[in-house]
Amino acid sequence: MAEKKTLWHELTKGFVSENPVLRLVLGTCPTLAISTSVTGSLGMGLSATLVLIGSNFVVSLLRKLIPDKVRIPAYVIIIASFVSIVQMLVKAFAPAIDQQLGIFLPLIVVNCIILGRAEAFAGKNSVLASTIDGIGMGIGFTGAIVLIALIREFFGAGSVAGLQILPESIPPMIIFILPPGGFFVYGILMALANRLAERKDLPPAELQSCEHCPMSVACGGRFVDQADNEKEVKEA
Amino acid sequence: MVLDKKLTVSASPHVRSSVTTTGIMLDVIIAMIPALIAAVVFFGPRVLGLTAVTVITAVLSEYVSRKAMKRHGTLGDLSAVVTGMLLAFNLPATMPFWMAAIGSVVAIVVVKQFFGGIGMNYVNPALIGRIVLFVSFPTAMTNWVAAGAWHKGGVDTITTATPMAQLKEVFTGGNFDKIGEIVEPGLGEMLMGKHGASLGEVCAIALIIGGLYLLIRGVISPIIPLTYVGSVALIMLVAGRGNLQFVAYQVLGGGLLLGAIFMATDYTTSPVNPKGKVIFAIGCGVLTSVIRLYGNIPEGVSFAIIIMNILVPHIENITTPKPFGTPKEEKAAKEGDK
Repeated sequence: MAEKKTLWHELTKGFVSENPVLRLVLGTCPTLAISTSVTGSLGMGLSATLVLIGSNFVVSLLRKLIPDKVRIPAYVIIIASFVSIVQMLVKAFAPAIDQQLGIFLPLIVVNCIILGRAEAFAGKNSVLASTIDGIGMGIGFTGAIVLIALIREFFGAGSVAGLQILPESIPPMIIFILPPGGFFVYGILMALANRLAERKDLPPAELQSCEHCPMSVACGGRFVDQADNEKEVKEA
Repeated sequence: MVLDKKLTVSASPHVRSSVTTTGIMLDVIIAMIPALIAAVVFFGPRVLGLTAVTVITAVLSEYVSRKAMKRHGTLGDLSAVVTGMLLAFNLPATMPFWMAAIGSVVAIVVVKQFFGGIGMNYVNPALIGRIVLFVSFPTAMTNWVAAGAWHKGGVDTITTATPMAQLKEVFTGGNFDKIGEIVEPGLGEMLMGKHGASLGEVCAIALIIGGLYLLIRGVISPIIPLTYVGSVALIMLVAGRGNLQFVAYQVLGGGLLLGAIFMATDYTTSPVNPKGKVIFAIGCGVLTSVIRLYGNIPEGVSFAIIIMNILVPHIENITTPKPFGTPKEEKAAKEGDK
């Protein structure tokens, strides 16, 4: 088996092709809420990465001991203990970031990236692969949230990481640091990530069914149907 | 006999309509010209510069985004020109040019081209352009100047409150008797356009002339404008405790006429059926009135139209006419499934 190549793949898949934020659409809430400032985003990304690596490691280690029926509560307890450790560390060594993140730091417990990776990957794979998966996904999450924050803080406040860059005479576009601006930037970056992932000849992310989309009456799900048809044509 | 004439054999379609997108857009542009002239008269030549900036940026954004997405060019249908003009109509005369240009780019690239171009946008592009600017640059977007002030000395010197803010004062204070004192411009001035407002909404007469032109040319149906303005008037009659002056100010002031005639009637973002149009327009009227009376901002036309735009697919869904004879069977079949 080409073990080396697989491990490299586990690391890099989180960067673009399976980026947790931009491709898997996980962790949307902290991403939109925190990405108004670059420093806060960096703090959030690093904290989540630490928790992710730790929880993936332990979940994978215990995967044969945890009964299938109670795996979710078990995962949450593992994750919660790592979140407590990280929270105490941040409070002790970076109180400013703790102030900025507020409730979103303890809320990493229910961050769906971490639970999602435990459920989808660490519960089924070896300790080494799970840890590397955690590192890759953590880098992907941190990269995406910092990128969104760079754009939003630059246009919305005229600064980068608190340093004023645009002169005071140019009023910043406040909408960028408000929720609608967050959604705009997020959507456009998602489209770019899809484009990049397609270029790499990787399989496109599986489209969700249209049933739950409130706007499906408008398009009648025809976009998904079209994609399916094209796939079938190609396969045939 | 008929057969004496030479028979021409051709493939269908045999009857072609002369109505084209370009023709409709051209009619809309012509209908906007009276309001544009009025704006130049009241706010000075800077209006022309502002309109030119929004139109040119809109056309350029359309061209560049179509090229970048490798789709066929759609400049010929003139829809980008209409969007640019409508956006300019929603701005105050003092708006810095670069901010207006940002509004055009947002309207065309984000709202229109990202969703597939003309006919695919789910909300009115010019209105989103306006709202993005309004949220981003609140001071620049509410820097109203008194109409005609440019004759006396620079546009930047005299700023004024819009009648809408003063009307809100009347409503919250309940001073309907003193409406003539609190609201500065008289009703005649409101009709002709002598008050602080954005470019397109200043002269009610010019807007009505444009609307009549569109009606006569058959470009818009009267259902949406009449129902929209009518429902606002009715609600204001109740809210104003029967004060007709209050109703008249509410109808003539703000962006109501501009929105009802030019924005709410946009084909892409309004329902097809007459029944749907009525529901859509009443929704616009109720939302506009509620925002005007109880909202934090004095004017709600743009937000009301955008919210109803988003609901249009659902309105279409419930107002689609059913083919004769089918409904009962369908219902029975559905119940049978359960």
